[in-house]
Amino acid sequence: MRFVGLCAAVLLAVGLCFSSAAAKELQVGFVYVSPVGDAGWSFAHDKGRLVIEEMDGVTTSFVEAVAEGPDSERVMLNMARKGYDLIFATSFGYMDPMLKVAKQFPDTVFMHCSGFKTADNMGTYFGRMYQARYLSGMVAGAMSKSNTLGYVAAFPIPEVIRGINAFALGARAVNPEATVRVVWTKTWYDPATEKEAAKSLLDVGADVIAQHQDSPGPQEAAQEKGVYSIGYNSDMTQFAPKAHLTAPIWNWGPFYIETVKQVMDGSWQSASVWPGLAEGTVDLAPISDVVPQEVRDQVMAKKAAIIAGEEVFTGPINDQSGAEKVAAGTAMTDEELLGMTWFVQGVIGTTE
Amino acid sequence: MALIRIVKRQEPLGWGSCFVLIAAVALSVLLGGAILAIGGTPPVHGIVTLFQGAFGSRWALEDALIKATPIFLCSLGVAVAFRLQVWNIGAEGQYAMGAVGATWIALSFPGAPAWLLLPGMIAAAMAAGGCWGFIPGFLRQRLRTNEIIATLMMNYIAILFLDYLVYGVWKDPASFGFPMTPVFSDQAIIGRIGATSFSWGLTHCLLLGVAVWAFMRFTRLGYEIKVGGDNVRAARYAGIPYDRLVMLVMALSGALAGWAGFLEASSTINRLQPSIMAGYGYTAIVVAWLARLNPLAIGVAAFLLAGLRVGVEGLQLDLQVPAAFGGMIEGLILLTVLAGGLFTRYRFAFKRRLP
Repeated sequence: MRFVGLCAAVLLAVGLCFSSAAAKELQVGFVYVSPVGDAGWSFAHDKGRLVIEEMDGVTTSFVEAVAEGPDSERVMLNMARKGYDLIFATSFGYMDPMLKVAKQFPDTVFMHCSGFKTADNMGTYFGRMYQARYLSGMVAGAMSKSNTLGYVAAFPIPEVIRGINAFALGARAVNPEATVRVVWTKTWYDPATEKEAAKSLLDVGADVIAQHQDSPGPQEAAQEKGVYSIGYNSDMTQFAPKAHLTAPIWNWGPFYIETVKQVMDGSWQSASVWPGLAEGTVDLAPISDVVPQEVRDQVMAKKAAIIAGEEVFTGPINDQSGAEKVAAGTAMTDEELLGMTWFVQGVIGTTE
Repeated sequence: MALIRIVKRQEPLGWGSCFVLIAAVALSVLLGGAILAIGGTPPVHGIVTLFQGAFGSRWALEDALIKATPIFLCSLGVAVAFRLQVWNIGAEGQYAMGAVGATWIALSFPGAPAWLLLPGMIAAAMAAGGCWGFIPGFLRQRLRTNEIIATLMMNYIAILFLDYLVYGVWKDPASFGFPMTPVFSDQAIIGRIGATSFSWGLTHCLLLGVAVWAFMRFTRLGYEIKVGGDNVRAARYAGIPYDRLVMLVMALSGALAGWAGFLEASSTINRLQPSIMAGYGYTAIVVAWLARLNPLAIGVAAFLLAGLRVGVEGLQLDLQVPAAFGGMIEGLILLTVLAGGLFTRYRFAFKRRLP
């Protein structure tokens, strides 16, 4: 305890020298679930942060590798206490903690990514990644010779299940024989586990590996085996230049600029927003040269159609047992998509 | 030519050991500053920000104390087992089972009054955590399994069991398929003390800390544990039922970790979800060693380590230091303090000339 006292004294003395005068800039804080160097999810959000950092009158900062639950509540609380005006929290598990903090700081704007709860000063946002996943599925389906596609997936939650389903629908649109085998890793970021999971898929004959993971581990596994892969989050070509075909990627810059502008001019209102390919929040990374031109044209045509308003999840869609879940001609509602807990036909694996 | 010999101390160092501890921590802070400098952050400013974020304000102290709560209880548990030289690495799993047990009661009897529900949750948490500790203790004495491996592996079983429950039967139907149980009823949630941000869980820590200290200091069982820990053969020779002692200590150890799981579920998260697993069970082992298994010192060490983690967040926010820095400082402190143990247990004798 002496030590604490000593430190407190030193702190008081030195701390006074460093208290800086705060300029009236919009302070924007980000809370990330993994380190920003992961080339994945948090990396993509941080690229968005760097874009708004360039804006006039905006300063940004972030805290990385924050565990979901009580740790995240404390981090957000401290951001609000330090006078941050706008706080982005970019993992599902930050939802309830953010809601608690938002109630205590009504003048701060809170934005939560990937959840479903809102408050007067807390909005929620996500991207329609499933649109880009569908396109990547088309590429994978066209390039597979064994008709077995492997999918390394993190957790059986609706976001991930939706992505797998979209991927399978895209693959089977160009290759009706294609099946998607799923392995759950129960982790968002664990390069070794992800790579092992990819290897297990390779062992059962998968010749294209896709992933809903934040590390390039599965890409490396595919490269080593000499098969193809589909990345995620950001263009992962550099990690597996021979294997990497394309990747559904995040591009948060435009959305973050828009939100910051709204908060600055006072027009921000709490809402639940879900931008997609049309808004540029999700996109498809450049397609590798090994993919035939006609496949690329087909994918680009589909991309244009989705941007023009075509729905990816339009019936007829069957579940794994073959029973019809969505009738021909009807599109699934956003509600249904957000709560999706079943696999479409062609996916091998369980949602548990 | 001066020769240095290392000689075991006959008497404890007393206040001198306090100085060794301070020197060790100061050294690790100094090394931490050097790492900051290499990373391009002004080291003095960085260290000051770190401590300011950890202990420099009322909020910071509150945050550190709240974070220290589960670490303290888990650490208290492993310390009891370590005292008997039984290596319980399973606080993480026992904590998970405690949270599961408490949640089971909370979800089964949501309408029960708080005075009945909370003790019920505590009892279930202790029973579940205690069982999870007892099993490897039993296996160790009856089948001669290694408790380090058994407890470690049972951690994974417990965590997967927790996952199975929140992804399956206990999943909140209103959660859009996300893994979490419904929020507990108000009676199942431990409230906060007055207008502070502390929950009543803090008082549990105080009471349990004193209880464990008194148990080890004044009871016959506590004495037997110490004897068994120092010398198994002597203990057996003196008629101490060593086998039963191991199982008891493992169950007690697990029950304390289970209690931590109950507190975290009830007062902090208010439900069960996978993010309840934050590695407290492993941190607890570090804390127990830093504190040399002394309950009061465990309290201090848990508080300091929790404060360090809180402070690193402030350091990230203000100076953009990578999150990994926190782990490095933590490792440095453990290393220097344990190395400092050499000076408290041994002394250096200088010899002027050869005999």
